[in-house]
Amino acid sequence: MDLNIFWFVLMGVLLIGYAVLDGFDLGVGILHLFVKKDEERRILMNSIGPLWDGNEVWLVTFGGAMFAAFPHVYATAFSGFYLPFIFLLFALIFRAVSMEFRSKQENPRWRKAWDVSFTVASTLASFLFGVAVGNVMIGLPIGADMNFQGTVLDLLGPYPLLIGVFAVATFAMHGSIYLYLKTEGDLQKRIHRWMWTTFGIFLVLYIFSTMATLVSLPSAVTNFRDVPWAWVVVVLNVLAIANIPRAIYVGRPGYAFISSTATIAALTFLFGFALFPNMIVSSIDPAYNLTIYNAASSQKTLGIMRWIAILGMPFVLSYTIAIYWIFRGKTTLGKFSY
Amino acid sequence: MDLDVLFLSRFQFALTIMFHYLFPPLSIGLGVIMVVTEGMYLKTKNRQYESMARFWTKVFAVVFAMGVATGIVMEFEFGTNWATYSRYVGDVFGSPLAAEGIFAFFLESGFLAILVFGWDRVSPRVHFFSTVMVSLGSMFSAVWIVVANSWQQTPAGFHIVGEGMMARAEITDFWAMVFNPSSVDRLVHTLIGSFILGAFFVMSITAYYILRNRHLEMAKQSFTIALVIGVISSLAALVSGHVQANTVAVTQPAKLAAFEGHFRTGPGDMYLFGIPDAEEERVRLGLAIPGGLSFLIHNDFSTPVTGLDQYAPEDRPPLQIPFQSYHIMISLGMYFIFITLLAAFFRWRGTLFDKRWLLWVFVFSIIGPYISNQAGWIAAEVGRQPWIVQDLLRTSDALSKSVAAGEVLTSIILFTVIYLFLFAIWLYIMNEKIKTGPEDVSALAGAGAEGGMIETISTRTGTGGPSLTSSRGDEHAGSNGPGNSDSPADSERGKEEK
Repeated sequence: MDLNIFWFVLMGVLLIGYAVLDGFDLGVGILHLFVKKDEERRILMNSIGPLWDGNEVWLVTFGGAMFAAFPHVYATAFSGFYLPFIFLLFALIFRAVSMEFRSKQENPRWRKAWDVSFTVASTLASFLFGVAVGNVMIGLPIGADMNFQGTVLDLLGPYPLLIGVFAVATFAMHGSIYLYLKTEGDLQKRIHRWMWTTFGIFLVLYIFSTMATLVSLPSAVTNFRDVPWAWVVVVLNVLAIANIPRAIYVGRPGYAFISSTATIAALTFLFGFALFPNMIVSSIDPAYNLTIYNAASSQKTLGIMRWIAILGMPFVLSYTIAIYWIFRGKTTLGKFSY
Repeated sequence: MDLDVLFLSRFQFALTIMFHYLFPPLSIGLGVIMVVTEGMYLKTKNRQYESMARFWTKVFAVVFAMGVATGIVMEFEFGTNWATYSRYVGDVFGSPLAAEGIFAFFLESGFLAILVFGWDRVSPRVHFFSTVMVSLGSMFSAVWIVVANSWQQTPAGFHIVGEGMMARAEITDFWAMVFNPSSVDRLVHTLIGSFILGAFFVMSITAYYILRNRHLEMAKQSFTIALVIGVISSLAALVSGHVQANTVAVTQPAKLAAFEGHFRTGPGDMYLFGIPDAEEERVRLGLAIPGGLSFLIHNDFSTPVTGLDQYAPEDRPPLQIPFQSYHIMISLGMYFIFITLLAAFFRWRGTLFDKRWLLWVFVFSIIGPYISNQAGWIAAEVGRQPWIVQDLLRTSDALSKSVAAGEVLTSIILFTVIYLFLFAIWLYIMNEKIKTGPEDVSALAGAGAEGGMIETISTRTGTGGPSLTSSRGDEHAGSNGPGNSDSPADSERGKEEK
């Protein structure tokens, strides 16, 4: 396989891994303030306690892989999104320390403060991921030297903002289904209602986002002409979305979670598919687009990196599976909990 | 200096990397302590060691979380503030960074979950294995990031493609890049620095316990373990530092000249302290061993050493910061050797824990390794200037072109505020944890009833089953059960509960 395509696909896999895995723990964070009792908040936090750090490593590795395989994309995107990414960093920092610090004091005001920080940070991070994806979809003012030529205001157009809100809604839905699986009793009953609410909001925003994409970005579907089988993913995506309410209704939350996982994976796939072979589209001149060829590292590096990935990914998958297996089942609070 | 993007971006990088570097070396150092302690527990089944292992693990978790949170910043910052640099080095530098993610970070984060949350979910052996993996993972992370940084100091295994602003380095030989002339020396020195920090950290806390007459047995055992690690690594730091100085003399002579304020090529003096003066090209108020630098490098007091005069003014590193930080690092290194050997002598004589003045010295000595670790890196990084990649790319050419000074100033202000805030909270929480201290052995026996680490005697009856609150009160409540009075720690409890 063409090494550049291989790396584009692998980046897609890492991004899907991140969106699916950190998606639910960001979702738990978004929903955190909707439970009021301290014990229930602890259950929410502990449901992701052993997992969130590993989930976030998918993002770190995605970033590292982008730096290594497509340094120009990394440089252009990170310097172009300067302030949004700085805020994204603060959001990720506060998410991490909120969980770590909250349990260290009994004082209700202390805990409340970290609860608020946890939710705000999780929501902001999800929103900014969506804004970044939206901006990459519609293209950025990229000049001949591959550098971003706009200001931060150029990044806050209506389409990226819509995708930002859509990302928050998607993760909230994903997180509520996850929480339903991890909780029991009265708390679980309330979360059952959340699943319906978050699904409703998700559905409305999904329809709006799809329409906005088709209207403002007719080019998003050009790749389907060359690769018609990709329509299968679109169909699967719709089926997965339709299966979420069905599975909730018939009381099979496991299927609902698999369906929301498939939905996020399909949406991420379609995002990459719509872009290909571009990675960042220039709104100034298509000649300035950053593609998987002109923005990539040398074939030698991509080849070395392929070996690193082939050696490393089985380990990554086995750690991930092992951790999810060890911490399976309902979340209970014990002496080692947050 | 005016507030241009260059100055601001350098300032921000220094701020964020120095803050980040408060945590990873401590993770690495504490990791070793955890492995030793938990290994001793598995071997001896002595609950004293279990109590220690659990305590250091709790402390480790808070340190590690801060390391992760502040570490993502570093990965982003290469792209946000140093985009031109990222384009230039991505082909070379990116691979170690990606390898770090795939090999080290996944390993660490996966096993950390078991380490912190899994005491009652996996067997003691699997738990110990996880501890070893987390410790190795933290060292692997150091491997890749130090390799990447060393490539900036001593580039190897690459060629330059393209010209002018579009020039970039591409790998020609991966292993030559990984084992570039300085990477092994610098990695070893970095890890040793981390071990010293971990040892002094543990000695500081446990010396405090001994002085306060709390957790005596655990504290004395921990102190001794840490002291052994401290002696060995302090001595090893001297050897590795010497080896490294020899490498720098060959690969980055300008840096070494700046370290020692060596202006004119010729026999070099070794300063104990002083103030280098770039204008007059001499060191003021200094005390030096004449020919010491020549002897250090060439085992001869008169062999010439390359001076700053061999470099055009625009290629010379700044003087004051590398000189002072290098000398601070070395002085502290000597102090570590002296103080750990002294303590080891008294420990051997059996009088260490009666020497209250020395224990107090150890309580405050933790500041030393923190300063020396930071100072060493400051010397290494500032000494490389004006280059971001030695002799290839100037720091001033490496910036992001799309980022304005106002944006960087905004982020600096926010980083400063947020980091100061987090640092204060972190210190507060560490202080609370240290004041609370480890659980008593007898309380652990109680925890055994709910599936603790080793299902031994659970003589305890009543006093509540699994606790939902895990408050301090609850843990102590468990310790009042019968059958635990043979524990030496029991006698201390009266004092603790105040």
